[in-house]
Formats: sequence, C-alpha cells, structure tokens
Amino acid sequence: MFGWEFPPHISGGLGTACYGLSKGLIQQSDLDLLFVVPKAYGDELLDNVEFIGANKIPIKSQKVKLTENERTIDYLEVRSTIAPYVDPEEFWRIKSTEVSDQFTTIQTTEEGFVEFSGTYGSTLYNEIEKYGIVAQRIAENNQFDIIHAHDWLTFPAGISAKKTSGKPLVIHVHATEFDRSRGNVNPHVFAIEQWGMTEADHIITVSNLTKQIVIEKYGIPESKITTVYNAVEPNEELNAVTIDKHNNNKIVTFLGRITMQKGPEYFIEAAYKVLQKMDNVRFVMAGSGDMMNKMIRLAAQRKIADRFHFTGFLKGEQVFELLKYSDVYIMPSVSEPFGISPLEAMQSNVPVIISKQSGVSEILKHAIKIDFWDIDAMADAIYGLLKYNALSNEFKTKGKAEVNSLKWDQAALKVRQIYDRVLTTEN
Amino acid sequence: MKTICLYFQVHQPFRLKRYRFFDIGSDNYYYDDYTNESIVTQVSERCYLPTNTILLDLIKKNKNKFKITFSISGLAIDQFQLYKPEVIDSFRALADTGQVEFLSETYAHSLCSFKDEFEFKKQIRMHSEKIKLLFGVEPKIFRNTELIYSDEIGATIASMGYSGMLSEGAKHVLGWKSPNFVYCNNINPRLKILLRNFKLSDDIAFRFSNKGWNEYPLTAQKYAGWVSTILENEPIINLFMDYETFGEHQPKESGIFEFLKKLPEAIIEKGISFNTPSEIFRKSISSGAINVPYPISWADEERDLSAWLGNELQNEAFNKLYDLKHLITQVSDIKLQKDWLYLQASDHFYYMCTKFFSDGDIHAYFNPYQSPYDAFINYMNVLSDFAERVKEAIPGEDDIFKKMQILEKTIQEKNSEIKLLESRLKARNKITGKADHEAKSDAKSKKKTKN
Repeated sequence: MFGWEFPPHISGGLGTACYGLSKGLIQQSDLDLLFVVPKAYGDELLDNVEFIGANKIPIKSQKVKLTENERTIDYLEVRSTIAPYVDPEEFWRIKSTEVSDQFTTIQTTEEGFVEFSGTYGSTLYNEIEKYGIVAQRIAENNQFDIIHAHDWLTFPAGISAKKTSGKPLVIHVHATEFDRSRGNVNPHVFAIEQWGMTEADHIITVSNLTKQIVIEKYGIPESKITTVYNAVEPNEELNAVTIDKHNNNKIVTFLGRITMQKGPEYFIEAAYKVLQKMDNVRFVMAGSGDMMNKMIRLAAQRKIADRFHFTGFLKGEQVFELLKYSDVYIMPSVSEPFGISPLEAMQSNVPVIISKQSGVSEILKHAIKIDFWDIDAMADAIYGLLKYNALSNEFKTKGKAEVNSLKWDQAALKVRQIYDRVLTTEN
Repeated sequence: MKTICLYFQVHQPFRLKRYRFFDIGSDNYYYDDYTNESIVTQVSERCYLPTNTILLDLIKKNKNKFKITFSISGLAIDQFQLYKPEVIDSFRALADTGQVEFLSETYAHSLCSFKDEFEFKKQIRMHSEKIKLLFGVEPKIFRNTELIYSDEIGATIASMGYSGMLSEGAKHVLGWKSPNFVYCNNINPRLKILLRNFKLSDDIAFRFSNKGWNEYPLTAQKYAGWVSTILENEPIINLFMDYETFGEHQPKESGIFEFLKKLPEAIIEKGISFNTPSEIFRKSISSGAINVPYPISWADEERDLSAWLGNELQNEAFNKLYDLKHLITQVSDIKLQKDWLYLQASDHFYYMCTKFFSDGDIHAYFNPYQSPYDAFINYMNVLSDFAERVKEAIPGEDDIFKKMQILEKTIQEKNSEIKLLESRLKARNKITGKADHEAKSDAKSKKKTKN
C-alpha cells in the first residue's frame, strides 16, 4: 500500500483514513500489509513502532503494531519532501528556500541503494518520479499480491510497482484536482491522475460525488469504480479531554484548512447573519491556509471581528478541546470528496452542519445538510441549533449513535471484496 | 526673535501577551510583563537615563539659555514606576532646573480625540494631574498623540483653557507657507500652534547615522549653520522628535550623544536662543490661521491617520473598542478602568498597519507581532474578553442588590481616600503650621480693619 502519512503526523483527513483502513484490513487474518510512506518524520507513533536499521538501508522499514491484536504491518518510509496538500507552486516556494543543487539525478550508493536523504535538488515532479523508482525496488524486493495506491502523488509509484511485478493495481481516490482547485485545474496533476486511473485495475472512490467526478471529468467507465465510504475510529483521547466552560457564550466552529475548497467565506457571511439576530454566540475558524488573511479582512469588513475568532493551526489536543467547547460544527465545503472531520465532531456530541457538496453527506442522516452557497440556510441552521435545545439534543444523541456505527472494519471488508474481485478477474 | 524649540516625545505602551481564543472568559490579564519590562529597562539604560544626564549638564553649563520640552505619556510613566523608577527621578531633576517644560497629552497616548470627547478630556485631566504630582508643574500647552491635529481638536483644546498646541508642519496643509512661524487655530484663534520642521527634525531623528546620506557625517557646527541660515529670515525652528532617537534609534556608536553635547553651544554662539512653547506663545503673535479640516499627524509619508486607522482591520478594532464607551462610564472597578486605558494606546492599532512598503522599518520597531493580521487577532481576542467583563460588571435594570453592592464599594473607596487625604493634610499642617497660623491671624486682622 502506497500512502504518504501516518498518524500522528497528519495534515488532513487522508492520514486518518489510511490509518483506519490499515487497521481494518489487518483484522482479516489472511491478509498481510506493507505500507510505504514518502515522508519520514522519524517519530510516528513511537511506542508502537520498531525501527529496523533505519540508517543502513535507503528505504526505512518499520513494523507497526496496531493495538487490537498482535499482528503487525510492515511500514516503509521513503524520505522525500512530497507532502499531501502542497500544490506544485507552493512546493516550489518551499523548496526554493532550501540550499539545493545536488541530486538532480537518481544516485545510488556503492551497495546500489537509492539515496533519498538530505538534500533535494529536483522539482516536485522529479521527486514523484524518484518515488516511482523506489517503488520499483520495493516491488522487486517484496512479495505481494496486490498494489493499493492513495491519491495522485503515489500513482506513479503504484504504476511502476505494477509494471515491475505484474500484480494488479487498485487506486484509492480521496480527492481529485477538481476538488482541490475549485476549477483551476493544474494540467500536469490532472494528467498524472488520469494516467493512474487508466492504468488501474480498479478504482476506489470515497463517495459517489467523487465517483461522478472520476466518470465525468476523467472519462473512466463506471464499471471500474466502487465507492467505499470512510469510517471513524473511536477516539479515547477525545473523551479524555476535559474542559470547564466559563460562560454562557455559544460557540460555532469551523475546523480545517482555510482554502477555497473549504468555503470559509460562506461561513463568515452566515456568521454575520446570525449575529444580527443573537449576540451571545462566538464563531471560531481554526486552521490556517492561503485564504486566512483574506478571511480576517472579511470578518473586519463585516464588523464582526469581536465575535469571530481565528486560532491559527491547532494541534491534537487543542482540536479536541475546541470540539468540547463547540455547540455547532460546520463544514461548508465547496467540494469535499468525503470529510472525516464532521464525524469527529459528532463523536464529541456536537451537532454538525455539512454542505451537500461533501461526500459525507451521502451517508449521514443526523446532520443538517445545506448547499455551500446558501448562506441563508446556513444561518438558519446555526440559529436553530443554538436556540432550540430540543433540536440540538436530538442531533447530539442520534448523531453519536450513527457515527459509532460507521466502522473501519466494514470499510476494509468492502475493500477486501474489491481485492478478491480484481484478483479473480486477473487470473 | 530667533529661537529653537526642542521637544521630545516619550512613550511606551503596555504590550499585550499572546492571548488565545481559549483564554477568553478565563484569563483577564492581558499584558506581556516580560517584554514590557525588558523593553523599558533596555530603552531606559540606552536612552532615557544617559540622555537625561547629558541634558542636565547642558542646562547647568548654558545658564538660562538652553531649554527643552518633554511630553511623557501616562503609560510610559506607569511603566517607569513599575520597572525603572530612577527614570522618574532623573526627569524630576530636569524639571527642578526650571528650564524644562512638560506638555499635556492624553494619558493613554490614545486616539480618543476622534471618538469620545468625554474620554479625551478625562484622559487629559488625568495626565495633567499625574505630571503635576510628579514634576510639580501643571502643563499649559497640549500635544496630541503623535502630533495629531485638526481644526476641531484644536477648538476642543482651546475650550479647555489651553493657550497653545503642537503639530506637524505637513506639506499638504501648509502649501507654500513655512512651518517656521507661529500659527493659530482656524476656529478659535486664541489657540496658537507650533509646527514641526520635519526636514531638520528628521535630519537628526532618521538620517543622522545614514552613511548613504550626502550630508553624512552630520556635525553640530554644520547643523548650527543650517539653522542660522533659516533663522535669518524666519523666527522659529521647531525640532520635534522621539526621545528614543538618542541612543536607541540612533545608537551610541553613531556619535549621537557627542552631537547632542556640542549642539547647544554651537547654536547659542550664533546668537540663537532656545525656548519652550509657553515662552514662544507668550512672546509672539500668530502670523495667521492654518486650515486643517482633516486630521494630520507626524507619521509616515502621508502625515495622516493611515498608520493607525488606514485599513479595515484597524477601523474594526477601533470602532469595537469605542463601542464600549457608554458602558465604561457605568463601571467603577479600578482594574477594568486601567485595562480600558491600556487598550486605547495607539500602538495597538499601529501594529495592524499593512502599509509595509514605505515605512516598514519604523512600524517594525519594538513590534511584538509577526504580521498585522496576527496583531489584529490577538487584540480582538483581548477586546472580546474585556467587553464581556465590562458587561458583567454592569448591573442589570432589576438587579438592585448588585447595584447596592457597587454603590457601597464606591462609598468605601471614597471613605478610605478621604481618610488618606486627611492624614496627609494633617502631616502637612504640622510642617507649615506656623506659617498657616500667621496667615490666619493676618486674615483676622484684615477683618478687623474692615470692620
């Protein structure tokens, strides 16, 4: 399985999804999992991770113990600067600040290992290519039956592993370029995505929304695509966080990257409308992103900055703390392939408002669903949840029960069925 | 009359600590004590204390010929008292020479002149009382925050009994006129105005150590030469600058202290005197009114308010702050009143300025924030908490019990204040008892003769 991040280093829902799915898959006793990650932090879940000669071999190999049973998955890291949510231009900006002019070609050491450490002199695309070459080595050195690649950065790696081994490739689409860019599609990224989808033996999408995009925009036949919804882990850490609420202010929370995709401006407009009607409410936009400064200015323009707060990027425990404070959670995404974060809010007994343009809205019953652009409906929903306790209590109890029924082992079972199907047609 | 008016501004705000959204409602202390203490200590050691010593020497050396003017904001004084009380002593030593004038200003170095006349007057009175208490003289001349001035502000000041005010010689206001004359207010001509000569002031304040400047290095002789050429035809040159120019903006190594030590003598030799604004206003008549319908200041290239109220962030924060003005008058809590003052400091708005290009360096000075957005978020979080505390402190219409409590508390406070003042009065009467007695008997004898 090719992914790119593993908890606790997660910059978005993808890491959480990969982790949950891996955990679900190894419940099946006849399945072994090898996980390859292009970015090494060195401290992934330290207590569970066992390093094997990390500095001796170019590709880091670890055994990750997943807590439920004693089985382990093999976990490989390839040191690289690929990060999930960086677009090519931002990547260039990050890179241009580093001192870098070595390793423009793939170099190997005396023992023939691929160098993936230290400095990087190549572009993002070059980096992805390198990852592909490393994938080839992994494919040569390991035994496996099926390849599973998550999102476009790992597609070339998946393809080259397929070409080396001749094993079938399943790709997992968590987001497409159309979701990320809101129309401003980067043709290079699009090309890689389409290449991956064409080469794949089967495609898993996280929602029917994404499935539709893959069919319409990438021209992939429907028969090749199956939707497997994400699930959510029961979160003990969340329950461990205790807070004391100081005052009677209600809190409405937006949690996520402040980018076009997430529709932050609609939240501010809705907040403005709500504040015309009630005053004991505060709005929080937690996260950072390229639209943050613009949003701060917008809040100031609407003259609600004393009630609309920005926290910047929040880390693990702070997120849970904020969820505990919240009375309403809102995700007004313009285009959200799935969206795990509302599920986490529901686990924490917070009623959620989600946009109809999110994949998660296909499976959730106990959530208020609105169009991302419909700020009147959004304001109305916020007001209703804050004012009418009966309504919010209903959502709290039913929502929690609903979210607890979404289990990763069921999602993993569906994935397993796809594996089996692909393997039988292959033979 | 050929004279120079040398005036320095001394101000330090209470900088806010990093105040998170999570702190709202639970933490009601807003200030970064560590940063404030270290900045005040640093500036005192590099600038205030050494420069005061030099000025004291110069005053003693040039008997009655060297005079200077200060305005020290209430917030700066509060911080000296907290962190560096010897600075107060050294200013008092200057005051005791009788050659130094202290100006009046708003206590919090605030921008309330636009928003809240009641608060404006209150802060001016507070500041005057503090200056009188510490330095024994009551200010007669007013200087608004950062030399901000408009016709209306001038008229308000005139109505409070001030005879003069200081401002900026902004080109867009003066046009062909020279700043080197005494002017008067457009609405009330009794208020006289001195305008800053920004060219000569900035030669010292900004360009002194600039090696790229074609006049570098600047010597006292050269500077005195420029001054005397101008004063052949014009009566006054107003040199107004931040006091931190000496030793802080212009470091000790640049030779700024040597320049300062030589300057008075070099100028006095040319037959030019130093005067304080009060003396100038007393001796001279105004050459005409200046017309300033829109406020001016001494900041940035624009010489307007755009450094503090130039973008939507600043306006939002400013308006939200003064939305509280009516509520504040109903609050008697001392701590809230203090926070109200400290949150009004113009610096908080200055940090939110987004005009980085023209005057970025000056804005970055002692700026605790990474970006104007950062400054805005932090300030709004603090303000949100403050607003909640204010609202809580105000009793509701039907909450008689709480109202009674507040009234009782006020009575207690006033009683203890009366006791304190009485004891002071007694102590003083003991000392001056004899003189008092004589005065009384004097009055009695007068009465008798009348009868």
